[in-house]
This record gives sequence, structure tokens and C-alpha cells, in this order.
Amino acid sequence: MKVRLVDIAHARSGDKGDTANVGVIALRPAWYPLLQRHLTLDRVREHFRGEIEGPVERYELPNLNAINFLLHGALDGGGTLSLKTDAQGKVFSTAMLRLVLDIPADEARKLELPTGRQPRTYSRSPKE
Amino acid sequence: MSSRARDGSDGRVVRVASGQGFWGDWLEAPRRQVEGGPIDYLMLDYLAEVTMSILQKQKERDPAMGYARDFIGAVESVLAAVAERGVRIVANAGGVNPRSCAAAVRAMAQKHGVSDRVRIGVVTGDDLLPRLDALITGGHGLANMETGEPLSAVRDRVLSANAYIGSTPIVEALARGANIVITGRSTDTALTMAPLRHEFGWGPTDWNRLAAGIVAGHIIECGAQCSGGNCLVDWQTIPDLANVGYPIVEGRADGTFAIVKHPNTGGRISVASVSEQLVYEMGDPRSYITPDVIADFTSIHLEQAGPDRVRVFGITGTPPTDKLKVSIAYRAGFKAVGTLVYAWPDALAKAQLADRVLRERLDHLGLRFEHILSEFVGASATHGRLAGEPHDPPEVQFRIGVRGDDRAAVERFTREIAPLVLNGPPSVTGFAGGRPKVEEIVAYWPALIDKSQVQTEVEVLA
Repeated sequence: MKVRLVDIAHARSGDKGDTANVGVIALRPAWYPLLQRHLTLDRVREHFRGEIEGPVERYELPNLNAINFLLHGALDGGGTLSLKTDAQGKVFSTAMLRLVLDIPADEARKLELPTGRQPRTYSRSPKE
Repeated sequence: MSSRARDGSDGRVVRVASGQGFWGDWLEAPRRQVEGGPIDYLMLDYLAEVTMSILQKQKERDPAMGYARDFIGAVESVLAAVAERGVRIVANAGGVNPRSCAAAVRAMAQKHGVSDRVRIGVVTGDDLLPRLDALITGGHGLANMETGEPLSAVRDRVLSANAYIGSTPIVEALARGANIVITGRSTDTALTMAPLRHEFGWGPTDWNRLAAGIVAGHIIECGAQCSGGNCLVDWQTIPDLANVGYPIVEGRADGTFAIVKHPNTGGRISVASVSEQLVYEMGDPRSYITPDVIADFTSIHLEQAGPDRVRVFGITGTPPTDKLKVSIAYRAGFKAVGTLVYAWPDALAKAQLADRVLRERLDHLGLRFEHILSEFVGASATHGRLAGEPHDPPEVQFRIGVRGDDRAAVERFTREIAPLVLNGPPSVTGFAGGRPKVEEIVAYWPALIDKSQVQTEVEVLA
């Protein structure tokens, strides 16, 4: 079944030069393995394809149930050079949360994943 | 008399309160932090990446300027607590002119008749601008950390150059009795770590505790951003943001600490709110590099220890590198951004037509820019194609920016926005702000320098 990342995780993003960082945090520790499994480098690179110009880096923080992504070339030059509304990458966090994950129904039940809201297809990843 | 709290079982607690997360943060916060309950230190962070260059420009116009002037008002708003209760202030408000900042604080304290109870510590030595050419000819290329380009490429456009300095000179100022410590470009995190290091006597190689102090600093350096501000988790239920409580570190000698806020304030301190702040502006979490220590953010443990109380423990650190980061600002051309708002029906299509028309006119005028960026606010400005197709929005803001070295071209661009109101697509409004302003771009150039090249100095004004 389709599970929206925004229903199982929260996130915050910031900038360092022309790089945006997005830290994604599981809303429950039991859901962190889903992030580890689904938020792969390939998946995130594909999600932001066309939106960023550089490579993506990925770092796990199991102690915080979090994964930190660095999106290089994301900020139109960054800082004062950038002409973007989001020159400091403040809302790349919620752009990341538009991802939709494919989770087997029995696993979703076992993990008590939220099913209250209708999943919407935000991501245009070809894998979905 | 000291306001220091005591805890019978676990030893002494030192409270470091955050009262400013950036220059421009809530003016009420410092006063609320000293009035809301006991604190030992008030930490005020004023410097972002490009703040130093703004201050340098101010200093060029007036040699007595070049510091965060808000700081004088902030100290004035808490002066009684400093003079009577022993609250001490640590701030990087000095910018490119810490001595002038200190003189202004002193003059203000004199005006209030308490200058005998204010001892100002001034930390200098971070400013590399006067030595820049000597450093370059001495083989310190100050290459851009992101692009590898040597600084000589932009040398003639450099406005300011400051090394990020660590906790040691702040600790020295505190040890020499300063109750207001003013630095230039010290790291944000050192402002919190230094008081803890001073109070608990942590040594310069006490890596785990120094790292804990850095993590504490990272959590509170953005003010309320760890205590309910800009917090995505359950944001609808975060109470009383109008009255938001700024964070306080309750530090202990063993390097463990708690993040709390004063009673009867709004906001929320939870594992989730602190986690969000921990990942903010993070790079490689195993290697959070500071001048004092490299902190390992994968070692941090968080525990909800009560309402609005998160305990932080288990932090480890390793020795730092032999380099300091240098923040260099240089002139990088000009930019301007203009906006117009298009209303239903077909708001987005109208805004898109305006974009095509405007770009065609810029072409006909022969204006050349390094970069032009168009955004459609309300449709795709922040999430791009990830936002999908908009569903018939009531309005869309067309936002277009240009950037280039030719000031006249950027200036000419600003004259092309308003005419669209009468000679472009229909249903347009929202131009009351007038013609866009041309801004000079001051860009950021991060570099590294050998630690041995930077000597800090501490003065304590009696």
C-alpha cells in the first residue's frame, strides 16, 4: 500500500552555501527501518531530479531515528547569490516529505502506519 | 548573589539561556530570559555567514560602527540582572569591531550608573582582513572550500575575512572576571560551550565534554527553533507561540545536560523538537568540526525527562583539526527581484505569459545577465515540479530575478516590471511596492587556514 512519508516522518532543512541539507526523522522509532530501507540515495536523487544540480549524500543517525541528506547545487548559488524564494533551503524539508512509499499491507498493519488520509501521488518517481 | 541552581543528587547545574538566534531575532527574548526564572548566562548569537560583510560596509562608512547595534539595546534590557543578580552575557555581537561595541556597552552602562558593576571582556584576533595579502604571499591561498578556486581570483573584491574562533579566549575572559564577553567571529556553538567549560573546569583535551558543550550550543544557537518555533511535528498543537519560551541549557559537570524553558511560557520542548534542530544545517553527522573539538552527532542520546524537558547524554568527541574555517565576503555583482500578482481565472497561465513577454523585452533591449530566474509563487516556487499541477489557484505571484556584473543592466530590468500592469496580460495587481531595488551582492567564500596563523587576544576593561 501507499504510505506518504509526511505521515510517518518529520523533517527540517537548512543551507551551507549552495547545498541544502534535509534531515528526515521517523515519527516513531519503530518506523525508522522503513526510512532506512526506502530513503535510499537512488530514491532521493530521483525524487529531486531536475530540482537540484549536484550530487546527493546520505548519512544515517540511528540514535535520532534520522537520515541526513545533503543536496548539492540546490540553491541557485546559495546565500546572497541565489534568486530563489527559498534561497536558504528552508522548505526542501517538506519537498522531501512528498515522497510516497510502497509498503506491504501486512507490514503497514503490523507497524500501525497511518492510513487515515488518502494517499496522494506527489512523487513522480518511475518506480511508483 | 548568584542565581545558580543547585541539585543535591547530581551536583551543580549551570544554566545557559539563548536570547537571540540571529541578528534580527525577537527583541523581547533577552529580557524574557532573565525575568522568567533563574539563569547564569545569557548567550546571544548575532552572526550569520554574510553578517560580517554588512558590518564591514558599515565600518567603512563610520569607523566607530561595524558591530550588531541591537546588542546595546539587548544589554540595556537586562542590565539590572547583570549588575544585581550576577547574570553574565556572552555574545558575538562585536562583528568586525568588538572594541567599539564594548565602548558602546560601557557608555550605556555609565548612563545607567552601573559601569562599576560591568566588566567587559573583548575577544579579538579573528579579523584577517589587514593581513590578507601577507597571508596569500606567505602561501596561504585561502582556496574556496566548495570550488577549490584560490582567493586571488576575487582578492580585489574582498570586503571582510574572519577566522571562526573557538571557546578558549571566551573562557579566558570569563576567568578574568568579565561579566559581559564580546567577540567577533567566534563560532555560534562556542558561545554556549565556553561558559560550561569555564564553570566546570573542562580541560582543552576533555573531548567528550567539550563535544557535549558544542552540541548544547548547536541546539540553542537558533533560539526558539528547538523549543517549538518552526517545528513541523504536531505544529497545530504547539501551545502559545505568541509567548514562546526560548531554550535554556541546564549543564552538568559530567557533560550531560537538559534543554528546558522557563515556566509559563509557550512553545514545546520534546525529543522531536530537539531532533529537528539537531539535524538543522548538518553535514556529516560523525564529524561536526569546530575549532575546539570534532563532535559526533551519532553519539547523541535524547530522552524526554519531563514536560518541556529533554535530557541529552552520551556525547563523544575527538581532537580537532589544525585548521580554522575562514569566512570571507566579497562583492559579486548586482541583483534585483520584481513581483506581480495575477488573479483567477487562469492565474498561472497569465503569470507565465507575463514571464515570456518580459524576457522577450529584455532580449530586445540587449540586456545580458549572468542569470535570470522566474518563479510562480502559489504554484511551484518552493517545490518545483514536485508540487504537481496547481488546482485553479485564486492568484499566482510572478516573481522574476536577475543577477549580473552590469549594474546598469540590472537597473534597466527594474524599469520593465511595472509597465506590464498596463501593457501585459490581464488581472494583474500587487505592484504597490514600486520598482524593485538594485542590491549589491556580497557573497560568501569559505576557506581554511592553519591555526598557527590566528592569535586571539583578550582584553578585560576594568
